[in-house]
Amino acid sequence: MLKIPHHDINLEPDMARPPDFNRRAARMQTERTYKSRVLAAIQLTEHEKLFHIRILDPLERQNFQFLPGQFVMLELPGCGEVAISISGSSSNREFLELCVRKVGKVTGMLHRLEPGAFIGIRGPFGTHFPMQEMVGSNVLLIAGGLGIVPLRSTIYWVNDHRIDYRDVTIMYGIREPSQILFDYQAEEWCRVYGLRMETIVEHPDESWAGHVGMITDLFEDVPIDPDHTFAVVCGPPVMFKYVCGYLSDLGLPRQRMFVSLERRMHCGMGKCCRCNVGSTFTCLDGPVFDYWSVMNLKEAI
Amino acid sequence: MVEGLMEDNEVIGPKWRDRDRAGNKIYRFLKLNDFDELQMDYTRSYLSPKNFFLPFKEDLATFDFQDSDWEQNIQYTIHPRVIVGMRACDINALLKLDEVMVKSAYPNPYYFARRRNTIIIGLDHEPLPDCFCRSMNADAAFHGFDLFLTDIGDKYFIAVNSDTGFMILNRYGAEQVAEADQVLYKQVKKQIESKFKTQLDVTIVPELMDLEFESPVWKKWGDKCLSCGSCAMVCPTCYCYGVEEQVNLTFTRATKRRFLYSCNLLDFASVAGGHNFRPEPHIRLKYRYYHQFRGFVETYNQSLCVGCNRCGVACLAGIHPKAVLDDLNSMEVA
Repeated sequence: MLKIPHHDINLEPDMARPPDFNRRAARMQTERTYKSRVLAAIQLTEHEKLFHIRILDPLERQNFQFLPGQFVMLELPGCGEVAISISGSSSNREFLELCVRKVGKVTGMLHRLEPGAFIGIRGPFGTHFPMQEMVGSNVLLIAGGLGIVPLRSTIYWVNDHRIDYRDVTIMYGIREPSQILFDYQAEEWCRVYGLRMETIVEHPDESWAGHVGMITDLFEDVPIDPDHTFAVVCGPPVMFKYVCGYLSDLGLPRQRMFVSLERRMHCGMGKCCRCNVGSTFTCLDGPVFDYWSVMNLKEAI
Repeated sequence: MVEGLMEDNEVIGPKWRDRDRAGNKIYRFLKLNDFDELQMDYTRSYLSPKNFFLPFKEDLATFDFQDSDWEQNIQYTIHPRVIVGMRACDINALLKLDEVMVKSAYPNPYYFARRRNTIIIGLDHEPLPDCFCRSMNADAAFHGFDLFLTDIGDKYFIAVNSDTGFMILNRYGAEQVAEADQVLYKQVKKQIESKFKTQLDVTIVPELMDLEFESPVWKKWGDKCLSCGSCAMVCPTCYCYGVEEQVNLTFTRATKRRFLYSCNLLDFASVAGGHNFRPEPHIRLKYRYYHQFRGFVETYNQSLCVGCNRCGVACLAGIHPKAVLDDLNSMEVA
């Protein structure tokens, strides 16, 4: 008679409490999703809604601390789980903000939810924009289309720590005026926090009085000091080549430009391989990469 | 010993399941109900024993619905079991999976529970003509098992690598290794080494993946690829997966299930909105090799491939890793 001893991992201390996804090395319940409630679902444009989401358990809410650029896995039980970048302020510990375009099955269902609905949140996951490294420098925040969503977290960060940064310029390119997101906040960002914001539209309507053209056209009006500037670029990959190419011709080192990549994800934890890019994974070494690294990842952009 | 272990524990070992078209026996690791089912002279299992650690399908969680609310349930309990007869390459494959599933960020509790509660008894064998584990440095296992058996004639030479393994040996009795046994063991090991017929030139393999990234070799082999994913299913180290959720007919419960996937399948990298980052078979095939021989090396300083050639055997289109790598190694200018 020899019975092999049983090691019940459910009894391990870290396994018995809510996971803290910032403790990456800990063995914990990585499948546990934080039960959360939709506080508000705000229609911003035809296809985009902003969701205010509150994690219900106080300990889980306390564990959830993120930095701009990180993402969460949003769970609709019975429907599916999707990776969504965080759009709110990291100093808001009461609820998180996710701006989501209705584009697939899960996001389509999410758009049908009303305030009060219970959903799940796992995270935060991934790398963040290096806000500490940027201290003392000028910051260029360049967004194309939906790229403004993760950048908004960065804008909140800069505003919360405004004295740490020098000139901060937001360049925002969008196809049509009707697609502009967070226009109601732009005045506050500029008048209260002294940010400079330039918005450019590709296809203007009659009421549009601002810039018309592609995002790179804005560079004519924005002076850049390549020795003291960091750039954060979010948008469609095709934009990276033009924007980062221009900045690098100016003399801005590629390691001071940061971009955010998007890929299919099923876990967010470097296990499912779905977000594989070049020799690494978008969920662990990304989504935020410096441009030098991105250029060296096969078929990243 | 195995019979003794079977009395009180679940024991898994190589069983004879079928014959292929050429009449060769097909083996598979399965639960043993009777000691006679155990085939200690098996050649290679068609599927790798990885599936006892990464099952093809596994429930990650369930959600119980009540009114507009839900409750998530997760169960990590795994009961102890023993796997007998694992090859060195398959044990090395587990060590590679350990790097990802246990030692990296976000250790996977399901995998860990299975690994922690599985006793592994390894078994040496003479290589098959197409085994190239020696080239991949995976032909010998030095850890990752509890006991490892080498047939030295009328007895087994046993390497002990854990306290549980030692306990098992003590319980069922083993004699001390005599000097003559050591000589026999060395002879057997040398003989095994001399029998490797297939060699893979791995001199510059990680770099080769970058050098030949645009090579027509990928199109040549990729055009044959049926994108069926068989290679990943039989591979002892492929671990990528997908997650799906199913709701029961009464809408009272949903199950979140993980199922092993393959980077060769069409929608592996397709995203909402319809864009597919890897739309063509040869691009996907290339990434399978890129991850095995380049991406994994960058992170863990070792290749993911152990050289068992199960993918070459399983491939319906006749794509053999050895042939693909030989093409990439070719000195001819295309």
